[in-house]
Amino acid sequence: MAGLMSRTSNVVKAWISKLLDRAEDPSVTLDYSYEKQLEMLQNVKRGVADVVTAKKRLELQTQKLEQELPKLDDQARKALAAGREDLARAALERKTVAQQQLQGLDQQITGLEAQQEKLLANEKRLSAKVEAFRSQKEVIKAQYSAAEAQVKISEAATGIGEEMADTGLAIQRAQDKTEQMQARAAAVDELVEAGALEDFTTGETSLDRELAQISAQSQVDEELAKLKGELAAGGAQKELEEKS
Amino acid sequence: MIVRLMGEGQFRVQDELRAQLESLDDGAQAAADAGNEPELDRILEEMWQLVRSEGDPVADDDLSASDAVIPPSDLTLEETKRLFSDDGLIPDLPS
Repeated sequence: MAGLMSRTSNVVKAWISKLLDRAEDPSVTLDYSYEKQLEMLQNVKRGVADVVTAKKRLELQTQKLEQELPKLDDQARKALAAGREDLARAALERKTVAQQQLQGLDQQITGLEAQQEKLLANEKRLSAKVEAFRSQKEVIKAQYSAAEAQVKISEAATGIGEEMADTGLAIQRAQDKTEQMQARAAAVDELVEAGALEDFTTGETSLDRELAQISAQSQVDEELAKLKGELAAGGAQKELEEKS
Repeated sequence: MIVRLMGEGQFRVQDELRAQLESLDDGAQAAADAGNEPELDRILEEMWQLVRSEGDPVADDDLSASDAVIPPSDLTLEETKRLFSDDGLIPDLPS
């Protein structure tokens, strides 16, 4: 059975012939091929832009999560001061989840950066080859008979077709990776929106609300005690007045 | 001969390297068949290292075709299957 190398070679050759089978006239083949090369250059530029967009989204999420950390610490401290260890624990648990997400985001951003570099390197190589092809195609058109041109064209077109297939593969792989990461980023968004980290509808978390309730409760308790004290004092006063 | 490392470009290597690459390639194919991704990646990486260390990069504006093509060293099993399937991992350009 053929190995990976020859099978990959065959895939690339098949890809190139599909690209070139479309025209019969050599000069049409040349122009058509050149047009497709320019399209591929556009595709790889778009691929780079998509990766950059995905990376920015992850960087934004990172910022958001990083802002959560001190807030959760503060909540845990307040809860503990109020004697609510359960709430402090909940805040710290959320902090751990946020920290884990941050770690994952870091790795994903690094992964996307690697994709971006690969695509940029692909673009540079393809761009140099497209330029070489462009000048060669004019030479071929001007200097060779149809039969000779056919050979020259197939040589030049194979060389550049290979680079195009390579670039196409790099774009596809970058796209696959970006999609995977966007799915994960959506999951983090959902987690945030579901209120696990922050309730955006009120700008408060349920922890905030419970802490607010605790402080309201203690204020009520204080006022109640004050009122009771006043009543007791008033009662004593009345008793004194009655006795006298 | 010219070897293409897919995603990294072409390298000119001594023809004698072919036998060595083909022997590694047999191992890579066996690993892919056995569904052993770490082994597949390890062997592909070894092939890449060999070509990089023994070869000279071909100029970017050289239009020569390659005599051998080695897939990316971090290819997953899933991608390997797609690469050789009818749908292909390399998307067609729109006509």
